[in-house]
Amino acid sequence: MAEVLVLVEHARGAVKKVTLELLTAARSLGVPGAVVFGPPGTAAALADRLAEYGAVAVHAAEADDIDDYLVAPKVDVLAAMVTDRAPTALLVASTAESREVAARVAVRTGNGLITDAVGLDADRTATQSIFGGAVTVRSTVRTGTAVITMRPNSVDAVPAPAGVELHPVPVSLSDEARRSRIVERVEEARSSRPELAEASVVVSGGRGVGSAANFAVIEQLADALGAAVGASRAATDAGWYPHSAQVGQTGVTVSPQLYIAAGISGAIQHRAGMQTSKTIIAINKDPEAPIFEIADFGVVGDLFAVVPQLVEELARRAG
Amino acid sequence: MNTVVLVKQVPDTWAERSLSSADKTLNREGVDAVINELDEYAVEEALRLKEAHGGTVTVLSMGPARVTETIRKVLSMGVDAGIHVTDDALHGSDAIQTARAIAAALGTVGWDLVLTGVESTDARMSVLPALLAELLGVAQLSRARAVTVDGQVVRIERSTDDGYQVVEATLPAVLSVVEKINEPRYPSFKGIMQAKSKPVTTLGVADLGLAAGEVGLAAAYSQVTEVDQRLDRQVGQVVKDEGDGGVKIADYLVARKLV
Ligand SMILES: Cc1cc2nc3c(=O)[nH]c(=O)nc-3n(C[C@H](O)[C@H](O)[C@H](O)COP(=O)(O)OP(=O)(O)OC[C@H]3O[C@@H](n4cnc5c(N)ncnc54)[C@H](O)[C@@H]3O)c2cc1C
Repeated sequence: MAEVLVLVEHARGAVKKVTLELLTAARSLGVPGAVVFGPPGTAAALADRLAEYGAVAVHAAEADDIDDYLVAPKVDVLAAMVTDRAPTALLVASTAESREVAARVAVRTGNGLITDAVGLDADRTATQSIFGGAVTVRSTVRTGTAVITMRPNSVDAVPAPAGVELHPVPVSLSDEARRSRIVERVEEARSSRPELAEASVVVSGGRGVGSAANFAVIEQLADALGAAVGASRAATDAGWYPHSAQVGQTGVTVSPQLYIAAGISGAIQHRAGMQTSKTIIAINKDPEAPIFEIADFGVVGDLFAVVPQLVEELARRAG
Repeated sequence: MNTVVLVKQVPDTWAERSLSSADKTLNREGVDAVINELDEYAVEEALRLKEAHGGTVTVLSMGPARVTETIRKVLSMGVDAGIHVTDDALHGSDAIQTARAIAAALGTVGWDLVLTGVESTDARMSVLPALLAELLGVAQLSRARAVTVDGQVVRIERSTDDGYQVVEATLPAVLSVVEKINEPRYPSFKGIMQAKSKPVTTLGVADLGLAAGEVGLAAAYSQVTEVDQRLDRQVGQVVKDEGDGGVKIADYLVARKLV
């Protein structure tokens, strides 16, 4: 059966949820092989988790300094693997860096590229949601390997335990791969909440929240639901919440089970980043706000009354 | 330092956008065409770098005849010259072919830095800067929210999902900027007048050394097979808060098994 390579996303020693989703999607196309980048020892620590979701091989592309350079080292390794192994597909998450890796691998190996798929069929046909969610298209790749980036939360991760083998992949960083050096990493919004792009539930606040301090109201609801906190551009531009929490065209694209928008009007640029959410709930005091056009359930009212009451009600019912 | 800034003409985000039923490419007819607003930040950054370090700024855009409007707009912001890559054979090119054509066009001029916006508001792939760095064999510095140039060394703050990374490279490089980086200027009246006499070079597929069969819809590596323009979202229920809005949402969440 054909091989499908999956680029593994991991942080702080754990495989990210999106990778488990990609492995699940990969199983419908062929036999999944996971590719792990990091310092020596990274892959071995992740192998069991990857095997639980059906990876039969874990390719360990490890070097002490591989994380010190942007994009290019991963391209070198993956392009060589695609050329040698001719997998039917290379699946990566639609994150900023992985998408760039995918694009460069596609052009270097002469293969077609599909970005931001929200669904994938066994024949490699991908579904994409475009123009802020207004249009759905289905696309295929005509070349031997389809390079596809998938939006987190597009498929449910389902375990399918496999016996896994660890394969070291030789890594030698060329001068070309060292062109863009990462000299510092700064995390601005580290919190104990789930990561925005991957979260199953997202609670977002907009200009209606009114101040940085008032975002506590949004955070309380997020914590009651185990959700990530998002924000509109109006809120991040005002400095009420970090830019990394911005949902939309120029922020993060999310596709959670549940998206709650409070004090957000629903401008097209905001919708572009959340319209494929499975269920959308809106709280806005303006009955004409465009967010209601895409909401499954909306409440016209003051978020400072509705949100705290919802938090209380959830606590009472859980209680 | 000589910079080429790339801009794309796109259908207005606020307009109804669609794909053509004939060949499933973007419908450009009957829709207001505007400069991809995210590219204005790249133009602004190019002009600021020129003000600080000297050199020239050239705008390059690929697309049909009316793209000249967008090129003139960018020239009126203060950019020195324009390159318009246009050819019927390019119609329907996918991202990789577009990158190949642009890389070839960049080969016709000298530059130290190629500047782009973070993505186009129509296709939203956000891969062109990476593709160009690959094809041109230069450093990739993408998603910059701040840029400093010191001699041949360029340093950026690359915005990431949880903050930023400081990334450094030596020129030449391809640099893309996010919209947090600056506030684009408006064209001045003088700028608009001067733009009329600035040089714009037109390049076709033959000028790029590409064969017509290498680009365009028929040669694309990926292909759109189906288009569904219906909104699959059902119109939802909207209620007015009568002092029980929070409870009603809780009821809804419980009924849908979302909590
Ligand atoms: C190039 C470009 C890129 C962009 N990218 C993004 C992006 O990535 N993400 C993004 O979000 N936007 C983006 N925008 C901005 C977008 O166009 C809107 O300006 C922005 O989304 C508005 O944010 P908002 O809904 O919070 O604010 P507003 O549109 O001002 O809406 C605030 C809403 O809050 C409601 N409200 C006020 N007080 C209360 C209250 N007490 N209770 C309940 N409701 C209340 C109001 O009725 C109103 O509907 C972009 C714009 C451009 C030009």
